[in-house]
Amino acid sequence: MAECHPVGFQWVMEAKARGATIIHVDPRFTRTSAMADIHVPIRAGTDIAFLGGIVNYILQHDRCFQEYVVQYTNASCILREDFKDTEDLDGVFSGWDRKKGMYDETSWQYEGIDGEVPAAGHKEIVPAGSKDEVRGKNAKEIPRDPTLQHPRCVYQILKKHYARYTPQMVADICGIAPEQVVRVAEELCRNSGRERTGAFCYAVGWTQHTVGVQYIRTASIIQLLLGNIGRPGGGIMALRGHASIQGSTDIPTLFNLLPGYISMPHAEHDQYREYLNTNTAGVGFWSKFESYFVSLMKAWFGDAVNRDNDWGFHWLPAITGDHSHMTTVADMVDGKVKGYFVMGENPAVGSMNGALQRKGLQKLDWLVVRDFQPTETAEFWRSAPEVQSGEVSPEDIETEVFFFPAATHVEKDGSFTNTQRLLQWHHKAIEPPGDCRSDLDFAYKLGLRLKELYASSREGRDEPIRRLVWSYPTKGVHREADPEAVLAEINGWSALDRRPLSAYTELKPDGSTACGCWIYCGCRKEGVNQTARRKPGREQDWVAKEWAWAWPDNRRILYNRASADPDGKPWSERKKLVWWDAEKKQWTGADTPDFIKDRPPSYRPAPGTTGVDALAGDDPFIMEADGKGWLFAPSGIIDGPLPTHYEPQESVVENFLYGQQCNPKRLEYSRPDNPYHRAFADPRFPFVLTTYRLTEHHTAGGMTRVLSWLSELMPQMFCEVSPDLAALRGLRHGGWATITTARGEIEARVVVTRRMPVLRVRGQVVHQIGLPYHWSLVGLVQGDAANDLTAFVGDPNVHIQESKAFTGDIQPGRRSRKRRAAYRGELRASVPELPRDLPQVEPLQGRVPKQHELAKE
Amino acid sequence: MSKKGFFTDTTLCIGCKACEVACKQWNQLPDDGFKFTGLSYDNSEHLGSSTWRHVAFVERPMALGMQVSGAGNFSWLMMSDVCKHCARAGCLESCPTGALVRTEYDSVYVQPDVCNGCGYCVSACPFGVIDRREDDGRAWKCTLCYDRLKADMTPACAKHCPTASIQFGDLVELRVRAQQRVEELHRRGTTEAYLYGADQPGTEGLNAFFLLVDKPEAYNLPPDPVVPTRKVRRSWVSLAGAAVAMAALAVAAVTGV
Repeated sequence: MAECHPVGFQWVMEAKARGATIIHVDPRFTRTSAMADIHVPIRAGTDIAFLGGIVNYILQHDRCFQEYVVQYTNASCILREDFKDTEDLDGVFSGWDRKKGMYDETSWQYEGIDGEVPAAGHKEIVPAGSKDEVRGKNAKEIPRDPTLQHPRCVYQILKKHYARYTPQMVADICGIAPEQVVRVAEELCRNSGRERTGAFCYAVGWTQHTVGVQYIRTASIIQLLLGNIGRPGGGIMALRGHASIQGSTDIPTLFNLLPGYISMPHAEHDQYREYLNTNTAGVGFWSKFESYFVSLMKAWFGDAVNRDNDWGFHWLPAITGDHSHMTTVADMVDGKVKGYFVMGENPAVGSMNGALQRKGLQKLDWLVVRDFQPTETAEFWRSAPEVQSGEVSPEDIETEVFFFPAATHVEKDGSFTNTQRLLQWHHKAIEPPGDCRSDLDFAYKLGLRLKELYASSREGRDEPIRRLVWSYPTKGVHREADPEAVLAEINGWSALDRRPLSAYTELKPDGSTACGCWIYCGCRKEGVNQTARRKPGREQDWVAKEWAWAWPDNRRILYNRASADPDGKPWSERKKLVWWDAEKKQWTGADTPDFIKDRPPSYRPAPGTTGVDALAGDDPFIMEADGKGWLFAPSGIIDGPLPTHYEPQESVVENFLYGQQCNPKRLEYSRPDNPYHRAFADPRFPFVLTTYRLTEHHTAGGMTRVLSWLSELMPQMFCEVSPDLAALRGLRHGGWATITTARGEIEARVVVTRRMPVLRVRGQVVHQIGLPYHWSLVGLVQGDAANDLTAFVGDPNVHIQESKAFTGDIQPGRRSRKRRAAYRGELRASVPELPRDLPQVEPLQGRVPKQHELAKE
Repeated sequence: MSKKGFFTDTTLCIGCKACEVACKQWNQLPDDGFKFTGLSYDNSEHLGSSTWRHVAFVERPMALGMQVSGAGNFSWLMMSDVCKHCARAGCLESCPTGALVRTEYDSVYVQPDVCNGCGYCVSACPFGVIDRREDDGRAWKCTLCYDRLKADMTPACAKHCPTASIQFGDLVELRVRAQQRVEELHRRGTTEAYLYGADQPGTEGLNAFFLLVDKPEAYNLPPDPVVPTRKVRRSWVSLAGAAVAMAALAVAAVTGV
C-alpha cells in the first residue's frame, strides 16, 4: 500500500501513531513492510490457505463475535442435505456439471427454499429455473439454528471446511512459519469485538489470480466472524489501481454491467419480464430493481421510452457470453474483431501476454488510442519486440491507427470515486493544450456524429442511436461538453419538472423519474454539486460528511446498522456510529444510517411479506435477500460457495489439500500462442514469478516514462532475486538476467536483495522472482515488459488475469532474442503434462469446454 | 521572523520520493540522467546541484525496534536528506562574493545572480550538499523554498510528504516535537531512535535535523560534521603563536640571550 498508494497510506500511518498494529502479507519485503509491525512473506498464490488458517483459528478457539455472528450473518442457516463440500469431494463442490464445465448451484441452497437465493449485484449469472418468478421471496423463511449446533448449519459447514487449515498446514502450503500464522490470527482476534475493530486493505495482489474473487471472500468471512463489517475502523478496502477505477466500476466500462451494477440484458432472457425476474430479488433493496432500471432508461432515452415499449429494453444490446478483455483479444487474434477503442490504457504493456495483445492489434481494421503521449499500444506497429526482432514487418500490418491526444485530469473538470465510494470533484486548472480534449468531450462529439450519421435511417437496429437523448451544454475555449451536466443526469430528476432527486429511494418504476446511476442518486441533491464540497475535516465531526459525497445517500460506512447491537444500541461507546433513537423513533448517529430510517430494531415482517418491508429491524445487510452477511454464498459466485485453496494455473508444487490442483472453473485459453507450463513442478520453469508496481511509475508507464523527474528515479527494468537464487543461478547484482516463460523471454537488470525471502514449503525450497511491469519500448526510459511473460488465464467471476503467481526460469546474461510464443509457439520443448483437474471434473479424452467456447454454442 | 527549518522523521518515511519530485517541479530542476545504480531503490544517489532532496534507502541485516519479519533479521530504512541550513554554515562563511546569505528565516540561500561559480562553498560544506552545476558553473542547493515562504506557503517537499516524515515549521516548536517523538518511539520499543543535528557542535546546530535509528554513517551522513571555518581561529592563533615563537627565537639568536 505504501508502494502503490502512498497518499492513502498516510491514514495507515496515522492509525499506527494511534497504536494500531500493521500487518503486511507480501512475497517481498516492500516499502509497506518497512513500516509494518509484522511482515509475513508468503508464497505467491496461496492466500486462501493463509486466510483459511485464520478462519480455522477463530472457529477452533471460539474467537467469533458470537452475538454479531448469530444475529447478523447466515451462520445459523441450514443448508440442503445434498450439499457436498470440497472436503468430501477432494476439491470440488457438489453440483459440478462435467459436460458444461460449470457448477449447478442447486445443492448450495438453504433447506426448504425453492429456487436460488439471489446474491446482491449478481451480474450476468443466470440461474436455472427462475425465469417466471422473482427469486428469494421467501428468503426470510430459511430454517435456522441459533445455537449453531445443527450439523448442516453454515457455521458447522464452515468449521468442517476449514478444519484442515491448521497453522502447520498453512506453513506447508504458504511457507509461513506456524507461529507467525498464530501471531497474525491472534492480533486480528485481539483487535476485534465490541471495543475494537480491524480492517483489511488489498489490491491486485489479491485479485489477479484464477481464484481472485475467493481471496476477497475469505477476508469477508474473517471480517464477519470477527464483527468487523459495518463498523468504524472495520471493513475491507479495495485499493484500486488507478484514480477512479471504482468510478469506472460503478458507472462501468465492463461488458456485463450497466450503471449501478444493473446487469446487461442477456440473449437468453430476451423478454423484459424475464430480464426483470432474473435480476430482481424478493427481499431487500434489489427488490426495487425495476425502479433503478426504468430510471436509467428514462435518463438515456427520455420521452421515447414508456411502459408500452418496455422502457426501451429491446434497444439495449444483449450479451451472448463472455465479452471480457481476454476473450475479446483472443477473438481479435482470430480476426473476429474489426475495431478497438483504447482510452487511457496501454494493453500492449499492461495486459497479459503482451505479444498476443499486439498480435490482436495487428489483425484490426482500425485502432483508436487516446492518451497523453503515443504509447506502445499506439506504436505497436513499429516499436514492438517482434518488430525489432524482424519477426513482424510493419509493411504487413494493415491496421489503421488513430491517435487522439487526451486532456489530463488537471485540464478538465470531473469526479474521482475512491475505494470508500467517495465522489470527489476536481476542477480544471488549465486549458488542455493543442488538440488535447477530455475523454468526455470525445465521447460526446463521437455520439453527435453517430446520431447525424443515422438520423435518416429507418432501420430498427439504429433506433437506439436515433432515440438517445444526447445534448449536453459545452463550455470553455474549446467548447467541451460540460461534465456537471452529465453529473446532473447521473443524479437524476423528476421527469415532470426536472427537479433534481435527493436519494435513490425516490426512484419509481413508472417512468416519473430519470436517473443515470441509481447508487449515485443524490450526488447533486438540490441542484448543488455535493461532490465538490470541501469543508475541512477540522471544521466537522470525525465522520466529515460534508467533505465530498459518498454513495449511496452519503453513507460513509456501508451496512452501518451493524455498528449497533440487535436492540439498536452501539456495541460500545468507543465504537459507536449509528443507533436507534427510541424517542424520535428513528435511526441516528454520526453517519447517515444505511438502513430504513424509521424501522425499529424490534420490527419483524409478517410471513409472506416481500420487498424492502421484508427486512427485519435487525437485518443490517439490506442489499442481501435475507438481510444477513453471507459467510456461505449460496449464489452469486460461480466457482464455489466457500473459498478453497487451489494452486495457481502454474505452480511449483502440487496442491497439498486436494486432488483438484486448480480452480475447476478457471478461465483457460488453451491455444498455441498462449502456452501454459506444466501444472506443477515443471523442470523447465522452477521458480515462482510475480509482477507488481513501484511508487515511481504508474501502471504500464504511459503517464510516467515520459517524465524525466519520474524516469530518473526508476530508470530501468529490473528483477528482484534473493542472494540464494543469485548464487544458484550465478546472477550478479547490477548485472543482467534473462527471464523466460513459455510465452516469451525478457531481459532485466538484477537486484540481489534480502527483501526477496526464500521460502520452504514442506522442505522444498521455493525461490520467487519479482518483476515490476512498468517498462517497454517507448518513452525516456525503456526496458522489456514483464507482461510479455504472463498468460491468458483468469478468474471466472470477473475475468481478471492471473499475473501475480506463475512460474518461470532465470539465467544470467543478456540472452533474450525477443522470442515470443505468439509468433513461434512454445519457447521450450514441452514436457509431459500433469492434470490440473480430477477425472470427474475434466473428461479424460480432452478438456472441458471453457466459458468462451460455451457461449458460441 | 522566527527561525524556520525541517524536522525529518525517518521512521515515518515510506520512500515514495514525492519530496524529490515536488522539489524538482517547484524549482524546475533538470533530471540527473537515467542511471540504474543498483543501490536498493535509490537511483539519484546523493544531493547535488539539481537534486535538493534525496531519499536514501538502507537495507540492513538487523531488525528495527519491535518489528518482526519472516524475512529474518532485516529492516529497510529510508531517509529524505536535504541541506541542513547549518546554524554556522561553511558554505556561507567561505563565499567570497556574498552570493550566499542568511535569510530572515535563518536559512542559507544562494543568490544565483551574484554567484560567480568559484566553488569555495563546495569544499566548505561538511555534508557535501552544495554543488556546482556543470552547464552554468554556479553553485546550487535547497533554498528552503524561499519564494514559497515569502508567499506564506510550506516548502514543496514538506507539503507533498504524505506521511509527515518531513515537517516544516518554527525550529523551537519542531525541536520540542522531535524530542517528544523520540520519547514516544522509545516507549514503543524503538530504542534506537535519536536526533541528529538537534545540537551539532561542529555546525552549532542544524536548522534541518533528523530522527535516525542507526548511526549517521548508515545514511551517508558524517558522524561529526565540522565547519572548516571553525578551525580558522585556532589556525590563526597557532600561526600567531608560531610567528611569535619564531620571532622570539630569532631575537634570541641575534641577541644571544
